[in-house]
Amino acid sequence: MVEKYKSRYGSGLDAQTYLGQNYLQVDRSLIPDILRRLREEEQFDYCVDITAVHYPKREKQFDVVWILYSFPRNERVRVKTQIADGASIESSVSIWPTSNWLEREVYDMFGICFDGHPDLKRILLPDGWKGFPLRKDYGILQQDQEWVQINLGIESGQ
Amino acid sequence: MSIPEKEGTSDLSPGTLGLGRASFEGSNLERETPGKAYLDSNELIINMGPQHPATHGVLRVILKLDGEKVLGTECVIGYLHRGVEKIAENRTYTMFNPYVDRMDYCAAVSNGLGYCEAVEKLMNVEAPPRAQYIRVILTELNRIASHQLWLGTHALDIGAMTPLFYTFRDREEILKIFERYCGARLTTHAFRIGGCQYETYAGFEKDVKNFLTFVAPKIDEYETLLTTNRIWLERTKNVGVISAADAIALGVTGPVLRASGVQWDLRKAQPYANYSRFDFEIPIGTNGDTYDRYLVRMMEMRQSLRIIEQAVDAIPEGPIMGKVPKVIKPPVGEIYHSIEAPKGELGYFIVSDGSTQPYRLRVRPPSFVNLQALDVMVRGLLVADVVAVIGTIDIVLGEVDR
Repeated sequence: MVEKYKSRYGSGLDAQTYLGQNYLQVDRSLIPDILRRLREEEQFDYCVDITAVHYPKREKQFDVVWILYSFPRNERVRVKTQIADGASIESSVSIWPTSNWLEREVYDMFGICFDGHPDLKRILLPDGWKGFPLRKDYGILQQDQEWVQINLGIESGQ
Repeated sequence: MSIPEKEGTSDLSPGTLGLGRASFEGSNLERETPGKAYLDSNELIINMGPQHPATHGVLRVILKLDGEKVLGTECVIGYLHRGVEKIAENRTYTMFNPYVDRMDYCAAVSNGLGYCEAVEKLMNVEAPPRAQYIRVILTELNRIASHQLWLGTHALDIGAMTPLFYTFRDREEILKIFERYCGARLTTHAFRIGGCQYETYAGFEKDVKNFLTFVAPKIDEYETLLTTNRIWLERTKNVGVISAADAIALGVTGPVLRASGVQWDLRKAQPYANYSRFDFEIPIGTNGDTYDRYLVRMMEMRQSLRIIEQAVDAIPEGPIMGKVPKVIKPPVGEIYHSIEAPKGELGYFIVSDGSTQPYRLRVRPPSFVNLQALDVMVRGLLVADVVAVIGTIDIVLGEVDR
């Protein structure tokens, strides 16, 4: 499978294995195409998880990670791509409906936008909250003081 | 004569009972569901929760109704959000271990097993055989406790009060074993990275065996109350049906997926701990309705008993901790490891930068993903069925919100 994709996409795709787990490092522009092919041609029918990792010192600050599983093959694969702060990425809700909430959580925690998501809004934090807590520059004690004061009627949440 | 009568009946109309649209004046319900037309005068929006006895925690479900019929739902979650993933980045691997117990607090042992195994995999160490057996016994006991809690509360939601007392009475025996083992009943923190927190106490095997003989007839007893009970059948048969294809597309796992006829259990599909040593079956349903999910969980409890029975007789002697350094410092790299928690696939994705704290720790919670299927499952049903379906998915809000 990997060879086939490598010859198709050339340098845009790199396949590696770490501790027995396979992952594909993919160029951002190839993401929608590869995800769709993995679903339709390679039978990765179950999107286990979508998440992100923040590397503030890198030029492209975020890694977005899709963890996929195939029931017919009993196999997992991770797809990773790098995107810059403020850049958006294509939504995969049309490929796996389960992406809906998973993408909303990534948006909620990292501020990464997904193009074509049917209802992209915060999911765990309140709608009016400012800031994205899982970014590395967001302190562990940090809160949206203004939101806390207006909505909870207390001086500070700490 | 007829006019006062009409006025009399109008007192019982939904509006005056506080269920109509008027009672939502000033609320932001309609603002919060943009892009959806709520203009038909027969349709109304009802807010279920966040404080509602049948939501099993603080879950708010916005229901769009046509009379009693559900046209659509929207879940509002996050009331219990504590930022577990952020906390993980600011604690060492060892310090974070007790936090995972607080996600799915009904199955704390499973959470701990998944976390410890993920870190062990990242460090390339393995728990010794004795620890593996103790882990399997405690995890399967926890699965039974979790299913018992689910059965009691789910039956209570539907209107059967007796099972609650039965299941809680029997779950107590499991909690007593936990308490004797580690001092805690719910948030057990039973395992450590590399093995187990404690050696078993004197009489542990005897307690577990006594429990096995005690609980097997009790599970039959629950079934005599419900399996052929006509009210139970009416309330659960063909309620909240989800097809296998829908369940896979929505990422649903655990008993909900198996009740739709997909024979998939991580303990068999990608065995972890030492599950491959044990002989057990994966029960599945056929219709994917609430009744089948009930049957699947009942059968799962019996399979768990089978696993414990095999494990308790075979616990080897030996150390309970593997060779792990005092300071846990996994090499640079990342790992995804998942286990079959009582509610479905519980996964941990850990990115290590070589320090003592995880660079990023992501929890893949089964309840969160399964809850997303609620909308598909309740469309076209009645309001009372929503309660049954929330119960049958078996969510724990501590895990949904993390």
